[in-house]
Amino acid sequence: MKEKTTSVSSLLIKGGHLIDPAARVDAPMDVLLKDGRVAEVAPPNKIRGAADEKFDARGLMVAPGFIDLHVHLREPGQGHKETIATGTAAAAAGGFTSVCTMPNTAPVVDSAEWVEWIRQPERGALVNVFPIAAATRSSKGVTLTDFASLQRAGAIAVTDDGKPILDDAIMREALVLGGELNFPVVQHAEDTRMTENCSMHAGARSFRLGLRGMAAAAEASVVERDVQLAMQIPNARLHVAHVSTADALKGVRRGKRAKARVTCEATPHHFTLTDEDMRDYDSNYKMNPPLRAASDLEAILVALADGTVDAIATDHAPHALHEKQMEFERAAFGITGLETALGLAITKLHREKRIPLVRVVELFTAGPARCFDLRGRGSLARASVADVTIFDPKKKWKFEVATSLSKSRNTPFDGWQLQGKVVATIVGGRIVHSA
Amino acid sequence: MNPDRPRPLLKGKRVLLLFYEASTRTRSSFEIAAKMMGAHTILIQATGSSIEKGESLLDTGYTVRAVGADVIVIRHPNAGAPQLMAQHIDVPVINAGDGMHAHPSQALLDAYTILRNKKSFKGLQVAIVGDILHSRVARSSCHLLSKFGVKMILCGPQELVPEIAATLAPGIRVTRHVEDALRGTDVVMLLRVQKERLSGLKIDLPEYIARYQMTPARLRMAKKDAVVMHPGPIIRGLELTSEIADGGQSRILEEVHNGVPTRMAILARAVGRMR
Repeated sequence: MKEKTTSVSSLLIKGGHLIDPAARVDAPMDVLLKDGRVAEVAPPNKIRGAADEKFDARGLMVAPGFIDLHVHLREPGQGHKETIATGTAAAAAGGFTSVCTMPNTAPVVDSAEWVEWIRQPERGALVNVFPIAAATRSSKGVTLTDFASLQRAGAIAVTDDGKPILDDAIMREALVLGGELNFPVVQHAEDTRMTENCSMHAGARSFRLGLRGMAAAAEASVVERDVQLAMQIPNARLHVAHVSTADALKGVRRGKRAKARVTCEATPHHFTLTDEDMRDYDSNYKMNPPLRAASDLEAILVALADGTVDAIATDHAPHALHEKQMEFERAAFGITGLETALGLAITKLHREKRIPLVRVVELFTAGPARCFDLRGRGSLARASVADVTIFDPKKKWKFEVATSLSKSRNTPFDGWQLQGKVVATIVGGRIVHSA
Repeated sequence: MNPDRPRPLLKGKRVLLLFYEASTRTRSSFEIAAKMMGAHTILIQATGSSIEKGESLLDTGYTVRAVGADVIVIRHPNAGAPQLMAQHIDVPVINAGDGMHAHPSQALLDAYTILRNKKSFKGLQVAIVGDILHSRVARSSCHLLSKFGVKMILCGPQELVPEIAATLAPGIRVTRHVEDALRGTDVVMLLRVQKERLSGLKIDLPEYIARYQMTPARLRMAKKDAVVMHPGPIIRGLELTSEIADGGQSRILEEVHNGVPTRMAILARAVGRMR
């Protein structure tokens, strides 16, 4: 996997098949990018005029740049796991042109200063980074942060991810204030009073392994409460992170039917693996929310297909080897995911479950762009930002973690045969990754 | 293995006992078992070692291996810890109990004790009464005995014996009623309520005693020749009365006694010269 950074003012992507769900395009199209914007989209060979560079996309799919609503880039403070530079390099390799970073760093990103720090060019980001700020001070769940100043500094949402906003009054306050500012509140739905000392899903497997299990109800009950609040509070925007259970999806559906502004995301690992897949206390299968029952996985597949789930998000959560290679119950929660997301989505959703490629692309583009109002992104309509992901949906390849651009190696997918590979990632008209 | 006429199968071997959790029976019987076969034993406990200073499990494993351990016997509060050790350390690792997961040497000595009291496993019914949820002994016994076709009945309140316990192995049934568990039963295994593992779970002990404590009256509901077992430590007045603990049907001390030859066999099989 080599990286190439080419700076050109205009780039013509020729001969590809454009999938742009937001613009309802699914046809052979050439795309001209100019000065960081989409200048023209036209049927093959119809674009006149010279481009500084051409990209031969014959046999390939051309899509709006992928957006990942949920990544942990670990800066500030945890550069031994990942940095903004390494994390965004992995994002580019996975076809993501924009990533939304979680605030559970050291210190927690709960001030305008830290939001700005993340966005500084010195961080060396290879793709667009949209900070999500903490919803409460130090994410302790007690006092709301200054949403307005965080928003002005460039935060696109607030969350206490890694932990829930558990207190009813605080969650209500967050949704009220978020509603006034048109600021999404992202919830890590877990009633932690029910999950103390738990390290996997509560089921036959956790019982057999002697591990304390997280009940599915610990997720569903929080989603249920939040959706109720979102239905009551004018303009409130609730985004449910990493939905993992059938019951939580029921709550999301109820909110959507009531026309509340409720969105949600699902991760590739939750639509690929179940709690039964963990072997030998392998901590690369330990994440929060945990891998769930087969019936939950089936419910997620249905929800991905029918539109209940708005976006595929990776919850990329890198950890150093020594933080994972330990007793399962003591090992850190989380797995990396940026470089395997597209391959898993095409393999599991499109090839195995026959979900149309257009829908899969929507889950990586228009869907997430809508969740957080990322204007000018998630589509390649004329004048959009020139973020493009070019991929080969037929290409079979083997993911080898040794070649990962992430600083960390904690993935259960090492050695997996996948279908669907990123060929090029273009950010603002510049090719930042090409395979 | 006859403990009265031991053979020096482990002569010159170093048996490392790595105990991260308190233990009386298991530790002493592994130690005696090893010594009787001529091994050197070294005991490392969490307190008073580098473990206290924050050394990781694997680093402790690499260290004791480098010191020259030929076999590691490990007791650990986290499920799966022996497996992690075994994956990385190139000497046999013997699980002496890990969290709520498994206690294979206890299951083996219990099976041995059953065989010394019953003709065979064939047609046998074993009831385990008590805190199944937190019990590594119960899990290991279910796996081992069900392999020999033993009919297993798990009995206790919902909080301690969830329905899902029946999925552990084939031929397991869950019941809430001690009478139901005892009827036709050949072996009654009792378990302690593991207060140290309850993790916020509230158990009404007087209620538990009223419904599940083994008393002479209750034991009469089992087969006439039924035996009573308990992996220990026993709490008199809670899961059983003294009449049961010290009664004629109790095999509790025989289990402890059988722990030595069982663990001799385990060690001999792992590193003994007879292989």
